[in-house]
Amino acid sequence: MLNVSIYRYNPEVDDEPYMQDFQFDTEGKDIMVLDVLEKLKIQDPSLVFRRSCREGVCGSDGVNISGKNGLACITPLSEAVKGNKLVIRPLPGLPVIRDLVIDMSQFYAQYEKIQPYMINNSPAPAIERLQSPEERAKLDGLYECILCACCSTACPSFWWNPEKFIGPSGLLQAYRFLADSRDTATEERLASLGDPFSVFRCHGIMNCVQVCPKGLNPTKAIGHIRNMLIRSAT
Amino acid sequence: MMALLARFARTGPSDWIIQRVTAVVMMAYLFFIVGYLIANPALTYGQWSDLNSLLSMRIFTLFTIMAVAFHAWIGMWSVLTDYITVRLMGPKANGLRKGLQVGLGFIILFYLAWTIKILWGL
Ligand code: SF4
Ligand code: SF4
Ligand code: FES
Repeated sequence: MLNVSIYRYNPEVDDEPYMQDFQFDTEGKDIMVLDVLEKLKIQDPSLVFRRSCREGVCGSDGVNISGKNGLACITPLSEAVKGNKLVIRPLPGLPVIRDLVIDMSQFYAQYEKIQPYMINNSPAPAIERLQSPEERAKLDGLYECILCACCSTACPSFWWNPEKFIGPSGLLQAYRFLADSRDTATEERLASLGDPFSVFRCHGIMNCVQVCPKGLNPTKAIGHIRNMLIRSAT
Repeated sequence: MMALLARFARTGPSDWIIQRVTAVVMMAYLFFIVGYLIANPALTYGQWSDLNSLLSMRIFTLFTIMAVAFHAWIGMWSVLTDYITVRLMGPKANGLRKGLQVGLGFIILFYLAWTIKILWGL
């Protein structure tokens, strides 16, 4: 039997959060952490968590699994269980609404700040704005982000200043539009990022890279933005 | 770049550049002093005093202590705005942080003045 320990908090009845222990029979199979949560929810229907696609595409089931942020649906027990114990907590650093569900407003507010859409006021061509294969290749490793928040909630700089530091996820998207040959707002975008907090609070700790379930590298993107900012300032 | 440094306004890029440039100055000074001590194992007071009365050496030392001053000011500001914040400590954090920053400013100015006094014996 696997020992599963889950963070529980229902502000309507609990004074404070607590860890609830479950015994779980894996039947010897290497199933995903989300499967465990689903089965436990049958046992205890009051357990609350988010999920949708169950295949690592929607980004809704980011949780802290045995100390590491990840998507429950694509994290197998073989990666998550340590010493026959599985510990599941909400993503750290953001307010908990209930059990494993966090309030992501702060995360989305930072995403909104970077204007996550293409800006190009020139008249649209008849069919589409074209890119060369090389220009398109620059967006690889950037556009795949599913906004799961695993990275930003693993970042100490984001924990300390979530209202001023954009965080790895937002900055990866900021660079996605800075790197897009069809976007014409590079200067305006850079101007809004040049303060000492938005980008420069990143200290290259690389927690974000370590946890990203899509294998993306926000630290590298942040490095590119930093270089663009320094170049435009000197 | 000098225009950037001269401008007192704090921006992300200017802080970043100042931290790197001052770090290089401090490294250079450290390598020089350590190298000098290794090259002169039987150093006498006379030699040491001669070295430090060279104008170029005094200016090098002064530049280094200025680099330390800028580096510490920006670095400590960055640490204080991470940890001494309303988010982590409640409303008293703002006053405390500003107090610490002012205290730090005094310490830095004290060391600067003291260095100048030692170097030029004013
Ligand atoms: S590299 Fe930067 S953004 Fe990523 S976790 Fe570290 S401080 Fe945060
Ligand atoms: S960069 Fe990775 S960890 Fe961060 S939000 Fe996007 S997919 Fe999630
Ligand atoms: S449920 Fe969609 S990413 Fe896990």
